[in-house]
Amino acid sequence: MTTRLTILNEIGAVAADLGLTLAPLTDELPLLESGLDSLGFAILVSRLEDVTGRDPFASAAAARYPKTIGELVAFYDEVFV
Amino acid sequence: MKSLSEPLTLARLMQGGAGLGRAIATRDHALWLDDFARASSLGPHLAALEGRSVVLFVRDMAKAAAALIDLDGCARRILLCPPGWAPALVETASRDAEADALVHDGDETPPISFRFAAVCRLPLQPLATARVASRETEWILPTSGTSGPPKLVVHTLRTLTGAIGRAPVQQWATFYDIRRYGGLQIFLRALGGRGSLTLRGGEESVDAFLVRSGEAGVTHISGTPSHWRKVLMSAEARRIDPDYVRLSGEIADDAVLAALQALYPRARVEHAYASTEAGVAFAVDDGKAGFPGAWLENDGAVRMRIVDGALHLSSDRRALRFLGAGAPALVDEDGFVDTGDMVERRGDRLFFLGRRGGIINVGGAKVHPEEVEAVLNAHVAVRASRVFARKNPITGALVVADVVLRDERAYDGLEREILAACRARLPAHMTPARLRFVADLPMTGAGKLARHG
Repeated sequence: MTTRLTILNEIGAVAADLGLTLAPLTDELPLLESGLDSLGFAILVSRLEDVTGRDPFASAAAARYPKTIGELVAFYDEVFV
Repeated sequence: MKSLSEPLTLARLMQGGAGLGRAIATRDHALWLDDFARASSLGPHLAALEGRSVVLFVRDMAKAAAALIDLDGCARRILLCPPGWAPALVETASRDAEADALVHDGDETPPISFRFAAVCRLPLQPLATARVASRETEWILPTSGTSGPPKLVVHTLRTLTGAIGRAPVQQWATFYDIRRYGGLQIFLRALGGRGSLTLRGGEESVDAFLVRSGEAGVTHISGTPSHWRKVLMSAEARRIDPDYVRLSGEIADDAVLAALQALYPRARVEHAYASTEAGVAFAVDDGKAGFPGAWLENDGAVRMRIVDGALHLSSDRRALRFLGAGAPALVDEDGFVDTGDMVERRGDRLFFLGRRGGIINVGGAKVHPEEVEAVLNAHVAVRASRVFARKNPITGALVVADVVLRDERAYDGLEREILAACRARLPAHMTPARLRFVADLPMTGAGKLARHG
């Protein structure tokens, strides 16, 4: 599965669990407008760590936090390769 | 009313049940209480221990019971070391208790060396000279602190037995070790009563203990909710048919109370609140978690107040003081002990939330693990659970849980189903982000759920 597909799947699963409504997940969509709240985002990061074995947020500098869905995918892609 | 200057001793406490053939039984030993009139586990050493501050460090619980009966009224102090204490802990505690003697098993090297060390042996050996048991001995108990080194508190038999009234014949058993406050309460109840006591050795399984308790005709039995959840999962649970089931040491939730009442329909199921420092405060037998809020207004033997969400208690059952250099004060200026247990009022009832230090911080929102566990345990598929923090780079921590199922194996969708039930009752930040199904949960030596971090 591609990183993009993995992340989009997990976002969908977290939103379903929390009963959140998501915006259409395009690359340009700012994360803050995706429909995930900060708790949802925290859960997403933990679930991605379970699936991928990696947590780029724990290792990367805070300055590089991704701001859009596309940046988030790239953020994880970088640490996967 | 007896004079306050006359010390209460175990010998006096045991008089009421003399001549009835009572015993304290572990898997490996039976101690006949009437024998203590003319025999001792310390043999010729007993007289030499008079007036000393004695470290009691034995592995075997029957030996510990015998040594306590021997030493009360004789020693100046008894320091009750829980089994498995590391030598460094024994050494620190011995210094704080100004100990000048050691009672040990003899089958292993003592953890620290004392100029005066006596070996505790079973069966009892005849006494050469009559007992001297007229002193008010200080009983030194370590707190069952879940974090940091244990503190030592000073009790006397008077403070320890403050909650124990007269009772008809009761055949007691306890899952606790008698060197912990909860187990010591049962030990003293049994000694002061007219029945026997069945104790569980360190390595004895819950199943084997239930079988033995059944054979002993146990009518009254105590343990922590964690102990009782093991009973609820045991094939031997119906070996006993108790009149009275007591839970203490941890928060009892509605689920475990209801399950025990269903298992033992005849029994009075009661959950008690006590701490090593504050003593026994109260017991609740209406089958529900928490306790009536009106009890806060009571001005009886135990007075309660809530300070910044924590329960504070005042009674003559509390310990006298902490022991050791630089020990903090046990009570505030009004004589109240801060229990560190957080409570919350819901309607006309007060509920325990958990320990003040055990809070999980999820993005600034505070979560008591015990509160989440109560909701998880209420699910029909769940027998026991342990909620803990998982580190998270976004919120600092997330709530996650290990879950022991009742009997069925985890099936597809069960995690989702349990979490949906949590979401219906808890805010999102308190609902576990993930469940892990496990076969068993770790317990501490005190019979409580082991919590980490």
